[in-house]
Amino acid sequence: MALLNDTPVARVRSHNRSFGDTHVLRSIDLDIADGEIVALLGRSGCGKSTLLRSLASLDPVKADEVVINGRTAVAFQEPRLLPWRTVHQNVALALLNTSERKSRFDLAEQTLAEVGLSEKLGAWPLQLSGGQAQRVSLARALVSNPGLLLLDEPFSALDALTRIEMHQLLIDLWRRHSMAVLLVTHDVDEALALADRVLVLDEGRIARSWSITLPRSDRAPSQPEIARARGEVLASLGVKPVTVNPQRNPLNNQGAA
Amino acid sequence: MRWVSPIVIIAIWQVLSTTGVLEETTIASPAQIASTAIDLVQDGTLGTATLISIQRVAIGFLLGGSIGLALAIVAGLSRIGENAIDPPMQMLRMLPHFGLIPLFIIWMGIGEQPKIALIAMGACFPLYLNTLAGIRGIDRKTLEAARSMNLSWSQRIRHVVIPGALPQSLVGLRQSLGIAWLSLIVAETVAADSGLGYMINHARDFLQTDVIVVGLAVYALLGLTTDAVVRYLERRALAWRS
Repeated sequence: MALLNDTPVARVRSHNRSFGDTHVLRSIDLDIADGEIVALLGRSGCGKSTLLRSLASLDPVKADEVVINGRTAVAFQEPRLLPWRTVHQNVALALLNTSERKSRFDLAEQTLAEVGLSEKLGAWPLQLSGGQAQRVSLARALVSNPGLLLLDEPFSALDALTRIEMHQLLIDLWRRHSMAVLLVTHDVDEALALADRVLVLDEGRIARSWSITLPRSDRAPSQPEIARARGEVLASLGVKPVTVNPQRNPLNNQGAA
Repeated sequence: MRWVSPIVIIAIWQVLSTTGVLEETTIASPAQIASTAIDLVQDGTLGTATLISIQRVAIGFLLGGSIGLALAIVAGLSRIGENAIDPPMQMLRMLPHFGLIPLFIIWMGIGEQPKIALIAMGACFPLYLNTLAGIRGIDRKTLEAARSMNLSWSQRIRHVVIPGALPQSLVGLRQSLGIAWLSLIVAETVAADSGLGYMINHARDFLQTDVIVVGLAVYALLGLTTDAVVRYLERRALAWRS
């Protein structure tokens, strides 16, 4: 077991990607350990989605630069369900080319129950709310029991309340399946709430990384470790910290006399 | 209430015919047309003519429709296919296909072949254009999601491309059937010794306006029927768009 756990689910070495003359990824080194949640932050165009696509084998990459152990699955920002297949069929489709092909509808039903959508088995995707569709998309990614779940800003199109529910759901699913997760996100607070490790990608390089060791239940924004990491992550993303004036009068937006 | 005005119009028509304002050589009375229809059904003339016409449309439509569909799939799925197929198709579709009748007659004579060729030619393009547009309109992101699930090429065709292109393709199917019926009427009017068009032309020689109207009514009914069938298919196949 110890040996197995030492093998990362993903190992990236000196990985470069360029489109024409534009270097999108420069010499990326990254190991993702079994069961680890890694959040990847960065400004738009920093290459974070490109890195995810490399790991998902959606783009051709050199075999020695990206090594994946086990299955991967992807959930995207948009649910990308097939509107002409029912929820049940959409999830089952992910098992079509696996050894679980024969039991795919049973497994799809189980996974949909895990994301709380047992009642929507026969529904068409267009009948779902945004949050429900994204849960189907998560179920579709998880049904194949991947060793590495790749999430490309999966919650960024959801409203704030739904997003909090989805964070909880993701953690519940992670505890049950103990898959590794690479979460690409714009949201610093989301990254700090969910990840074991936070990476900031800048101009195609991993600029900095933070390990977040606090238990997830203890990660209130007021916790010193979280607050410090938050400030540092924002700074490395180029966001200047806003100093709050405790004297500020919120009604006229001016300092009190 | 919508049936009131057609009944009133037919009643007025009947009165005008009975009082001699409308002469029978201009247009027969509704009662006359109805009794002629019954006669034509009973002596088998109408049934035989209709069957022959349906057969022409069916063969021509199946031929032209499947050519259009096959070309659209090849053009829609490969860049080479598109470059090879689309430019000549876009040029050919600009030809008014009824204008090809003289050529068809020179090439194929005046038997069944030129009629079926004309119907096939007409039915081919709407299915081609709409199916190609449907395939091109498929969301690349959905295809990519299918690829991320390791679906093979043929599985992506089956689960993404065909159902994704189907709504637009069914629009093409309706247009193709409409043009197929229209082409039949033109083809049968130009040269025919059987079928509904022949029945109508034959009646013209004897000023039998009642027979002409019966023939036209059957054309209309046939067109309505195929249109209803396609709309039924649309409702069944596109339930997911609810």
